[in-house]
Amino acid sequence: MKNLLAAASLLAALIGPAVSPAAAEDAFKIGLILPMTGPSQSTGKQINAAVKLFMQQNGDEVAGRKVEIILRDDAGVADTTRRVAQELVVKDHVSVLAGFGLTPLALATAPIATQAKVPMVVMAAATSVITEKSPFIVRTAQVMPQVASTMGTWTAGQGIKKVVTIVTDYGPGIDAETWFVKNFQAAGGEIQSSLRVPLANPDFAPFLQRVRDAQPDAVFVFTPSGQGAAFIKQFIERGLDKSGIRLIALGDVTDDDQLNAMGDATLGVVTAGPYSAAHPGAVNAKFVAAFKAANSDLRPNFMAVFGYDGMQAIYDAIKKTNGKGDGSALIEAMKGAAWESPRGPMQIDAKTRDIIQDVYLRKVEKKDGELYNIEFGSVPKVRDPAKPE
Amino acid sequence: MSRAENIALAAASLRKVSAVRAAEIAFWLAALAAFALLPDQALLLSEVTITGLFALSLDLVLGYGGIVSLGHAAFFGAGAYAAGLLTKMGVTDPLLGLALSAAATALLGFVTSFLVLRGSDLTRIMVTLAVAVLLKEIANRIPGITGGADGLQGVAPGPVLGIWEFDIFGQVGFGYSLAVTFVLFLIARRFVVSPFGWSIRAVKENQLRTSAIGIPVSRRLIVVYTLAAAYAGTAGALLAQTTQFVSLDVLEFHRSANLMLMLVIGGTGYLYGGLIGALLFKLVQDAIANITPEYWEFWIGLLLVILVLIGRDRIEAIPRALLRRLRGATP
Amino acid sequence: MLTNLFDGLAYGMLLFVMACGLSVTLGLMNLINLAHGAFAMAGGYVTAVLVNRLGVPFFAALPLAFVASALIGLVLERTLYVHVYRKSHLEQVLFSIGLVFMAMSGVSYLVGSEQQFIKLPAFLANRYEVLGVSIGAYRLLIIGVCGVLALVLQLAVARTRFGAQLRAAVDDPVVARGLGIHVDLVFAATFAVGSGLAGLGGALGAEILGLDPTFPVKYMVYFLIVVAVGGSAGMTGPLVAAVLLGVADVAGKYYAPQFGAFIIYALMIVILLWRPQGLFAKAGGR
Repeated sequence: MKNLLAAASLLAALIGPAVSPAAAEDAFKIGLILPMTGPSQSTGKQINAAVKLFMQQNGDEVAGRKVEIILRDDAGVADTTRRVAQELVVKDHVSVLAGFGLTPLALATAPIATQAKVPMVVMAAATSVITEKSPFIVRTAQVMPQVASTMGTWTAGQGIKKVVTIVTDYGPGIDAETWFVKNFQAAGGEIQSSLRVPLANPDFAPFLQRVRDAQPDAVFVFTPSGQGAAFIKQFIERGLDKSGIRLIALGDVTDDDQLNAMGDATLGVVTAGPYSAAHPGAVNAKFVAAFKAANSDLRPNFMAVFGYDGMQAIYDAIKKTNGKGDGSALIEAMKGAAWESPRGPMQIDAKTRDIIQDVYLRKVEKKDGELYNIEFGSVPKVRDPAKPE
Repeated sequence: MSRAENIALAAASLRKVSAVRAAEIAFWLAALAAFALLPDQALLLSEVTITGLFALSLDLVLGYGGIVSLGHAAFFGAGAYAAGLLTKMGVTDPLLGLALSAAATALLGFVTSFLVLRGSDLTRIMVTLAVAVLLKEIANRIPGITGGADGLQGVAPGPVLGIWEFDIFGQVGFGYSLAVTFVLFLIARRFVVSPFGWSIRAVKENQLRTSAIGIPVSRRLIVVYTLAAAYAGTAGALLAQTTQFVSLDVLEFHRSANLMLMLVIGGTGYLYGGLIGALLFKLVQDAIANITPEYWEFWIGLLLVILVLIGRDRIEAIPRALLRRLRGATP
Repeated sequence: MLTNLFDGLAYGMLLFVMACGLSVTLGLMNLINLAHGAFAMAGGYVTAVLVNRLGVPFFAALPLAFVASALIGLVLERTLYVHVYRKSHLEQVLFSIGLVFMAMSGVSYLVGSEQQFIKLPAFLANRYEVLGVSIGAYRLLIIGVCGVLALVLQLAVARTRFGAQLRAAVDDPVVARGLGIHVDLVFAATFAVGSGLAGLGGALGAEILGLDPTFPVKYMVYFLIVVAVGGSAGMTGPLVAAVLLGVADVAGKYYAPQFGAFIIYALMIVILLWRPQGLFAKAGGR
């Protein structure tokens, strides 16, 4: 009983100021929900930094509306994401929801977007199914089948016959496995085995030992960014590189954010991915330089570009609707939008609202004393193959 | 003293502890007022209420049964998945879904209670934790049923009592959660002041002596653990129904650990501890996280450390002293 | 087969070095310190900063990681932990989780939230084939360092004067004080050494376990398993438990990857039901 009064007084103290004041109605608010704490926090920080950079470069006024970002942390927990999204919609009256670091977070929020008719810009989560869960979702990230299928076809073309796949056991990992295997087999390749590594506490040693015992021509890997380094190091430590097994992966594994720290062990690893910090061209050079300058020399990774492009999509939609569009108008404006991104040409599919982009084949090489994913080939305008044309 | 006098004395003391106090009425009136006056906060308060019920369940296990559990999310998660799956199987009535989920988690609690009858704090922490991890692994391994790592989608409960549809503002969800929590609280309160409830407290105080006076210790623990599991399952089911989504997070370790924090902050063994702890923790966390989304953990951590170092008793003394002064001013 | 055994042994030894301090504070000093992993993380980050940014050789950084973590442990013990020895287990949980939160956030603020990698000398990436067993140099180093430490600890607790004082202080602090043992100092020194060892483990383990701000939470459960399964009698229990855990984990992932975490946790439940005080419980101990 003794705590009751204390609780009541604290409740009053806390809720009092939390009640939102009459907000400036003319501001265009974007609710940015990211995992800023917890295991996926580096994703959140890259995207947040890119969003800030975009605002800095493009100003905070579009078509007469002041743009305001409300950043919220969901710590990567789905029911928190959903609750925060709901609050942003009903309390803060945001015009757009953005962010979403992981697939379940986006899936949990999808019904909110539908119900409230608020566009939801997915800047990270990569499982194919997401955009089908609400007509208000657009994605400026990547779609797993898009990159995985590209890699499957390329691999078969390299005279690689037998492959073992290793993916992290969650939505995007399973998507990656499915589509790599599908395209690789369609082109005549043979899958010796498909291994799935638990998402938490990964120790790759036993899985790599299985690869070593199977002696394939190549091993295909997908891990979320951050775990790739441990994988590559143990790949080398186990001597798999010397036993003639090629390492091919998706771009998440050789994440630009960490590539330098991962060290020379990564040299020569071939990946397929939508973005490299070493992508040639003026747009990217400017983006990388500005990002580094604003974030004490942190190199932008693919997540940063996904966030940057998400802002581009939102800004363009505001412009197109003269700052007056409601949720449905904004979504219509985003459909089919195309622009030149730091990653190269990109486009929002008018029908699926998913991303169409060039998928690059890259190899880790040293450039100016630093490690980069150097592009050596590309497949233009790849759609999500998991969705019907 | 005669035997009759003793019994009368005991009965009187039981009545005294079970008497409803003014502060309690004020607490629930405040909750009702929050529902009526703070529609803006309904979503957060709904989460607080559900977490409070969940913490109340841990209080039954810890504050009354004396079992330290760091895996209570097992029951919360089981209830959430049960409720979610029930709506997908066509049982869309929320209350029926709640009852069935509670029954299912009670069964799970009964079965696993045999694992925690013996052992030190550490042993019980580890066993409960392991049960939760195993359940999470199972949920992860059967994506055909649970949706695996992507979460269970398409949870669509019908309107409450056939009248109120769950709305985006969370009003119905909050009212529904609050009503369910209130009813379950009353039942728990009745339970802990019953002679049976007292015998459970006796078990916590001293197992050996309790068994010496003829109270079957294990059976008491099984009952309270099963009941608490049903409560936790109900809380999970409420979460599934009000958020219409279930993900593997419901079984995560951090949920059990945070729950423990909230209960200890609120205080164990008087039923309100969980509710108050959940309220304080969630509101403070939400307030700080809105100010600094990246580094709120630091400030929460600092508050926890200070709370322990200063001591809860001393902090609680402050409002009471204030109150005394107020009373003194207006005699 | 033998390769898996070797990998599991290295993993287990690493867990032992990180968790043995926890075993002492929890089993002997009766303090639930869930922040133990934060000291391991501190050691890892100290090494990462020394090696990667300041160019200190890896082998020179290892003892520094020990010293730094031990110092942090000592300071915190003298200023903060000393006030919570007498508090209830639940308050200790609250307190130490508070420290974990602060540590995670602090590291994320100071160093950043991305994974850290420690640049190792090239020869540690070597690999030897001995009688068909494939042995990695780095894991061999781990087994060597941790094995020596385990032996030294065992001897220190069982044979030295300090060990005797520690055991006395734990068994009955009042009587020990009466005998002129500086119980507070013994506890402080023990806490510092335990934290230092965790830091050394964190430095050695960063390569295998990874190192980011969530480290203390990620591995806390593993440390607790080691202590709970091992029991509180000396250093043997945690050592056996850690090696068992390491081997079971590695072998489980190799032979039955589809069962993932099942094996360790199911095994733990069975062991704890069979022996609730752990494998090596001390008779009449607390």
